[in-house]
Amino acid sequence: MSERVAVRKTYKLYIGGKFPRSESGRSYIVQDANVALSSRKDARDAVVAARAAVKGWAGATAYNRGQVLYRVAEMLEGRREQFVALGVPGEEVDAAIDRWVWYAGWSDKLAQVYGGANPVAGPYFNISAPEPTGVVAVVAPERPALLGLVSVIAPAIVSGNTVVVAASPAEPLAAITLAEVLATSDLPGGVVNLLTGKISETVPTLAAHMDVNAIDLTGVADAGLAAELEIKAAENLKRVLRPAPADHDWFADPGVTRMTTLLETKTVWHPKGV
Amino acid sequence: MTATATSARSDLSELGRSETALRTFLHGLPGVDQVGAEQRAAQLGTRSIKTTAKAQAIDLAIRMVDLTTLEGADTPGKVRALAAKALRPDPADPSCPHVGAVCVYPAMVPYVAEVLKGSKVHLASVATAFPSGQAPLDVKLADTRAAVEAGADEIDMVINRSAFLAGRYKEVYDEIVATKEACGDAHLKVILETGELATYDNVRRASWLAMLAGGDFIKTSTGKVPVAATPPVTLVMLEAVRDFRAATGRQVGVKPAGGIRTTKDAIKYLVMVNETVGPDWLDPDWFRFGASSLLNDLLMQRTKLTTGVYAGPDYFTLD
Amino acid sequence: MFEYAPAPESRSVVDIKPAYGLFIDGKFVDPSDGGSFKSINPATEEVLAEIAEAGSGDVDRAVRAARTAYEKVWGPMPGQDRAKYLFRIARIIQERSRELAVLESLDNGKPIKESRDVDLPLVAAHFFYYAGWADKLPYAGFGPDPQPLGVAAQVIPWNFPLLMLAWKIAPALAAGNTVVLKPAETTPLTALLFAEICQQADLPPGVVNIVTGAGETGRALVEHPGVDKVAFTGSTEVGRAIARSVAGSRKKLTLELGGKAANIVFDDAPIDQAVEGIVNGIFFNQGHVCCAGSRLLVQESVADRVLESLKRRMAQLRLGDPLDKNTDIGAINSAAQLARIKELSDAGAAEGTERWSPPCELPDRGFWFAPTIFTGVTQAHRIAREEIFGPVLSVLTFRTPAEAVEKANNTPYGLSAGIWTDKGSRILWMADRLRAGVVWANTFNKFDPTSPFGGYKESGYGREGGRHGLEAYLNV
Repeated sequence: MSERVAVRKTYKLYIGGKFPRSESGRSYIVQDANVALSSRKDARDAVVAARAAVKGWAGATAYNRGQVLYRVAEMLEGRREQFVALGVPGEEVDAAIDRWVWYAGWSDKLAQVYGGANPVAGPYFNISAPEPTGVVAVVAPERPALLGLVSVIAPAIVSGNTVVVAASPAEPLAAITLAEVLATSDLPGGVVNLLTGKISETVPTLAAHMDVNAIDLTGVADAGLAAELEIKAAENLKRVLRPAPADHDWFADPGVTRMTTLLETKTVWHPKGV
Repeated sequence: MTATATSARSDLSELGRSETALRTFLHGLPGVDQVGAEQRAAQLGTRSIKTTAKAQAIDLAIRMVDLTTLEGADTPGKVRALAAKALRPDPADPSCPHVGAVCVYPAMVPYVAEVLKGSKVHLASVATAFPSGQAPLDVKLADTRAAVEAGADEIDMVINRSAFLAGRYKEVYDEIVATKEACGDAHLKVILETGELATYDNVRRASWLAMLAGGDFIKTSTGKVPVAATPPVTLVMLEAVRDFRAATGRQVGVKPAGGIRTTKDAIKYLVMVNETVGPDWLDPDWFRFGASSLLNDLLMQRTKLTTGVYAGPDYFTLD
Repeated sequence: MFEYAPAPESRSVVDIKPAYGLFIDGKFVDPSDGGSFKSINPATEEVLAEIAEAGSGDVDRAVRAARTAYEKVWGPMPGQDRAKYLFRIARIIQERSRELAVLESLDNGKPIKESRDVDLPLVAAHFFYYAGWADKLPYAGFGPDPQPLGVAAQVIPWNFPLLMLAWKIAPALAAGNTVVLKPAETTPLTALLFAEICQQADLPPGVVNIVTGAGETGRALVEHPGVDKVAFTGSTEVGRAIARSVAGSRKKLTLELGGKAANIVFDDAPIDQAVEGIVNGIFFNQGHVCCAGSRLLVQESVADRVLESLKRRMAQLRLGDPLDKNTDIGAINSAAQLARIKELSDAGAAEGTERWSPPCELPDRGFWFAPTIFTGVTQAHRIAREEIFGPVLSVLTFRTPAEAVEKANNTPYGLSAGIWTDKGSRILWMADRLRAGVVWANTFNKFDPTSPFGGYKESGYGREGGRHGLEAYLNV
C-alpha cells in the first residue's frame, strides 16, 4: 500500500466573505506554504468590501453581534487542534478563544458603560451613546500570530466596525485559518477582511485611503514607518491607535482602549415639553 | 395673493360645515414646540427699550389698555370713576393719551356708556356667561344682545372650553358664529382661556377656530383662572393671526389679558408684536392689553421719562 | 414705526491696558525677542491693545514652567485642592462676567447679548462642572487610578475665545495636568484677563500659561517636545497639519475641527420653532460656529412656506454695534475672515444659485456681512460643501427621510446635525443614521458642560464636555 497523498491547502486572502487569490497573481513562500502576496489593489478591494459591510454590521443589534462573536469562539474551540498543528501553542489558542468570549460580552455593554444621560441645565433630554467609527485598517502584531490577531480584530468589530487586517507576514497561516473560522461563524462577509503579504505594500495604501476611518498600527514595529503611516492617516483625520510596545503582554487583560478609540460618541438633544 | 392663496381662502370658509373638516384642518396645523416657543418669547423679552423708544412704547401701551374691572362688587360709582380715568388717565398731563377701552360686566355697561359718550374710548363688555361659559347657548346669546343694546361696541366672549377639550370643535365654532351674529356691529373678542387649554398646540388650534368662526380679536384669558396671559401664549396667538391673514387676507387682533402689571411687561409684549407680526398690529385697533393695575405703572414710568424723577403711587389716581 | 433707540452696554466696565505681555509662570513677562502685534475691535477697526508675540524661546519657557508646576505642585496636589482652585476661578468668572462679556464683544465683535447670555454663563458653568471632577477621577469610568498626562499644549480659535479656553483649561486642570494655551491672534484679550483671574485666585504659578501669537507660536507650542498632550480647536486644515506634526510622538491628540452641518426640516415640523432654529443655527455668532447649521435641508413639500417664514424672520435681525443690547448680528471677526466669506458667497452666486439678504445697512467702518441665504443649491455647489464660517446659509431640498440622511452625510465633516419633525420615531431613526457627533432634534446650537461635544470624520476626534471630556487629559 502506498502512503496516501495529502491534499494541500491553498492559502488565499479573505475579502468580502470570499477567499480570492491576490489580483496580482503573486504569492510568497512562508511557513512551508505558498501564501498570497497582496497588492495595493487587493487592499483597495478589501476597503470596498469592508465599507459595504458597515451598514449591516453596525446596524445589527448588539445582542446579535455578541452572538456572532461567541459563535466564533465556539468554532475556534472546535478547530483548536488545527491551530496547534500550525505551530500555535495550545495555551495561545485557548487564550484566543477566551478573548472572543470576553469581547462577545462587551457588545451590549459598551453603550451602557460609555454612554449615558447628561444632566444638562435646561428642559432637554440629552443622551450620549457610542457608535462604531466605520472601516478600520489594522496591522496585526507579528507575534503571537493568533492571539495578537484576535486581540486586534475583536475589539474593533464588537462595536460594529468592519476591518481590513494586514496579517503577520512571518506567520500568516494562523490568520488565514482564522479567516476560515470566521467564514463559518455567521459573521457577515466583509466585516473582517484579511490581507497577507508585505506590510510595506498594503498598509500605506490603507493609511492613505480616504474611505478608511481609523487605523490601528499595533503591529508596525518600525517606528519610522509608523510615523509615516500616521502622517498619511492625518489626511482624512483617521483615528489612530499607535504601535504597541515590543514587550506588550498579549495574555494580560486587554483593557478597553482598543474598543473606545474606535468608537464615536454621538450626543442627541431633544426638548422636553407638552 | 397667489392663486393658491385664493383657493385656500375659499376652502377655509367651508371648514365650519363639518366636524371632520374642522378637526382635519386644526390637527393639520404645525405643532408648537413648548421649549422653543418659550425660548423665543424669553429672547424677545431681553430687548432693551430705552429713552425715545420707551416713551413711544408707553404712550402706545396706554392707548392699548382695555381698562378692566370684572368684580362682583362693581358698582355704578366704581365703573363711572374707571371710565373717567380711561378718558383722562393722567389729569395732570393733558398730553397723556386715553386708553383703548373700558371693559366691564354687562350690568355695568349703561353707567360706563354715560361717561364715555362722545369719546373715542371703546366700551367693551364681557358676555356669554363669562367667565366659565357654562350656560345654555340661548342664555349666552341673550347676555350678548343685552350688552350690545346697553351700549357696548365690543363684546368679549368666552369659548366653550368644555366642548373644545372634548373635541367638539364644531360646537365651539357654531357658538362663536352665533355670538358674532348677536353682536351686530359690535366687535367680537374671543377669549380662549389659554390657561385651561394646557398646550400651545391647543392655543394655536383654538386661535384658528376663533378666527375661522369670525372673531375680530382673539384674547388669552378671563383673568379668572390661575394662569392668564403669558408671553409664549401671546406669541403663539400672534403667529396664528399672522398666518391667518396670509391665508385669508383678513386681519384679526390680539389681546393678552390678566397678569400684565408693569410697563416692562407691556413693552415686552410690544416688542413681540413688532417682531412677530410687525407694525400693522402696533395699533389699538389690533392689539390690546386687558389690564387694570398696568395703567398706573405706565403712567408712573411716563412721568419718570418726562420729569426725570421716579414717581410714587400716591400721585396717580386709584380707580 | 417702533424704532428701538440705541441701548449700548457700557464700555467703561472694562479696563484695557495699552499693552500685554505673555503670562508665564504666574507673571506677565515680555517676550524675549520683543515682538508684538495689535488686537483690534472688528466693529470699528480701532486698536484695542498691543499684544506680545511669543517666539519659540518664549514657548519653551512656558512649557518648562508648566512642567515644573506639574511635577512640583499641581501633579502632587490632592484632587480636592485642585477642585477648590477651579471652583474659585468659576466664582471669579461669575463675579466679573459683565466685564468679561464686554471685553469679549469688543475683541471678537460678537453681540453683547450673546457674550452676556451664552458665552459667559457657559464659561463659568464649565469650570464649575470640571471642578467637581478633580477629586472624583477614580469614579469617572477610566479605571481605579487614572493619571494626568503632564503638560497640555492647547490652541484655541477666535469664535468663542473665552468659552474655548474654558473647554480646554477646565478639564485639563481637573485631571491634574498643567497647560500652555495659545489664544487666537485676533482675540487674545479675554485669555489675558483670565490670566489675571488665575492670579486673583492664587493659582500656583506655571499651572496656567498663556502665550499669545499667531500660527508660528502655535506651531512652536504643539511641536515642542516637552508637551504630552495637544488639544486644538480650529480649522480642519490646521488640524490635519497638527495631526501630521505629532505623528510618531507620544503626544495624545484631540481635535475639534470644522463642520458643514445639515439642519433638516420635515413637513411635519413645528415650523415657527424650526425657523428660529434655522436662524439660530446659522446666524448665531455671525455663523462663526464650527457646528453651525450651514446647510438647510428642507422637505420639498414645505420648502416655499419655510423659506417665506425664514425670510420674514431674517428681516427682523438687527445688525450693528456689538455692544448694543439689541444687536443680533455683530461684526465679522477679521478682514481675512470677511474676505473668505465674500469669496465663497461670490462663488455661490457665480455658480447659478439665488442669493438673498434682507435690507440691511452695513456700518462704514469695521468688518460686516449681511445675513445671507442661497436657494437653488445642490450638493455639487461649493457653498454646500465648504465651511464658510459666516452668516451664510445654503438651502437644499429633499423628498424622503432616506434622501435627507444621504445628503446630510454626504460631506467629509461630521460635527453636528439638526432634525425638525413632530414624529418621535423618525427623530430616533434619523439620529441613528446621521454621522455627526451632536444631533439636535427640534432645537439647535445648545451647549452644556455635561454634554459631550465633538466630531465624526474630518470634524476631528475626542470629546469636550461631560465625563467623556476627561478622557482627553488622562492616560487612558
